[in-house]
Amino acid sequence: MVKAWAAKHITAIKVMLHGGALLPLCWLAWQTFSQQLGGDPVQYLTHFTGKGALNLLFVTLLISPAAKWIKWRFLLQTRRLLGLWVLAYALIHVAIFWLLDLAGRIDLFVEEVIKRPYITLGLVALLLLMALGVTSANRIRRKMGRNWQKLHNWVYLVALLVPIHYYWSVKSAVLEPSIYILIAAFLLLLRRHKLMSHLPSKVKAKVA
Amino acid sequence: MTKKILSSDITPESLYLNRRNIIKASGLIAGSAAVSPVAHAGIFGLFADEVVVPEQAVYQPKPLTIAKKVANNLTEVLTPESKVTSHNNFYEFGTNKTDPIENSKAFNPEPWSITIDGEVEKPRTFSMDDILKNHPIEERIYRLRCVEAWSMVIPWLGFSLADLIKKVNPTSKAKYVAFQTLYDPKQMPGQASRLGGGIPFPYVEGLTIAEAMHPLSLLSVGLYGKTLPAQNGAPIRLVVPWKYGFKSIKSIVKITLTEKEPPTTWQALAPNEYGFFANVNPQVDHPRWSQATERRIADGFRAERIDTLMFNGYGDEVASLYKGMDLRKFY
Ligand code: HEM
Repeated sequence: MVKAWAAKHITAIKVMLHGGALLPLCWLAWQTFSQQLGGDPVQYLTHFTGKGALNLLFVTLLISPAAKWIKWRFLLQTRRLLGLWVLAYALIHVAIFWLLDLAGRIDLFVEEVIKRPYITLGLVALLLLMALGVTSANRIRRKMGRNWQKLHNWVYLVALLVPIHYYWSVKSAVLEPSIYILIAAFLLLLRRHKLMSHLPSKVKAKVA
Repeated sequence: MTKKILSSDITPESLYLNRRNIIKASGLIAGSAAVSPVAHAGIFGLFADEVVVPEQAVYQPKPLTIAKKVANNLTEVLTPESKVTSHNNFYEFGTNKTDPIENSKAFNPEPWSITIDGEVEKPRTFSMDDILKNHPIEERIYRLRCVEAWSMVIPWLGFSLADLIKKVNPTSKAKYVAFQTLYDPKQMPGQASRLGGGIPFPYVEGLTIAEAMHPLSLLSVGLYGKTLPAQNGAPIRLVVPWKYGFKSIKSIVKITLTEKEPPTTWQALAPNEYGFFANVNPQVDHPRWSQATERRIADGFRAERIDTLMFNGYGDEVASLYKGMDLRKFY
């Protein structure tokens, strides 16, 4: 019964998901402009948006296993909008770092990317997300044919890179990022057959 | 940017008190929707249940009489009091910058005493009252440079660490000075947390005896005309302005003079990232932060990026302490 309702109201579900992704940003903006974030909100803003992007990415990657599990195939339609929200959070995250933390200085940004491995990983993840984002329109998808799926499989790499970026960025207290790495590993494990089929056959022989 | 420090730069106290109330409301965030990115307390509830943090701080800073304002040639804008007291690294009260002001409300630094022992002829325990009675309080405006590449300018109140050390007559074997923060998980919820900040407690720090006896090394008992708020290290803390902030240990209960270099918390945790000396040095990068520039937290929303100075700008006074030393090796 619920399923029939949900299938019919997929648009309503999508609107709710948009709201769910947008609200924390409004909350964050309100907190920032009403000066509730302490003496220097930059680190808080960076962490909030980075964590937001990662949490949303995990939700996105949970959709297809969950949809298969409970046999709600129509849920797959929500992946694109969630994925685009991941990109939005990630862009805000990096914009805050560049504009507020580094005061918009390009030389410092380049230096950070080169010198700090966790930032290098972050940039790789961001570029991949951007590539997925700009190719997400139906028109482009159709044009790309089979290459589209190939490109979008890179999201699994992003799911690994970001928790490592997180783990590497903390000074101490590695428990929380470790849990994120485990969640990423779990999400990839759910797709082991698909991932295996993309490995070059030589490697596959070794793993098997 | 360059502006003389006027008393009008100092934020009125009403603003500071007001902010505390608003910050309380942000606790809500931990309960927000499932998809929401929770950043404030972390999603795993950082603190053990047994610590109850009251609504109102049990300890309120009191006015201090200043005997002497130390002249200096600093031309930078003071960091407003509201920012100095709401942006703190004090893992005993949580790892987020806004945690200490919130989670230190149960902390009561009265009564307090501080024990000095080790390589000294007259080991002693001083009560805070003794200390305040016997040391004329000076106001000293120092830059504070955090290893995380942000900085502030703070009007501290206190007296030279050397004055206290002289009272116990160090022996000839005293080569180092070790410091220890209070360990009391009942009052310091970060220490009770199962996750902690990932650092061992009690927090310990150290200086060489020459550094400790240097006239710039300050034992601070206050800031902005009042005793220290809990989140800034009440009732007594170290301030060593030419070193990264983590050297300036807070809420000190014990000082021990030693012959060997004492362990220090961050160095023990990650020796490749944090050294014993931890002198501010724009030429030696930390693996996580470039140290060439820093974000100066001043009165605006957006902090400016400025160049970091060698020894945080105190080179004329302290460079001689490190003559002939390879500062890349002894970072
Ligand atoms: C050029 C790209 C990127 C840069 C420069 C960057 C920069 C940063 C910085 C400066 C931090 C905070 C480190 C600290 O606490 O000192 C951070 C943390 C983080 N970033 Fe990124 N990042 C990038 C890309 C990304 C992307 C694409 C994602 C997710 C999709 C992401 C997710 C995170 C997460 C989850 C954290 C940890 C937050 C926390 O500690 O609570 N980052 N990043």
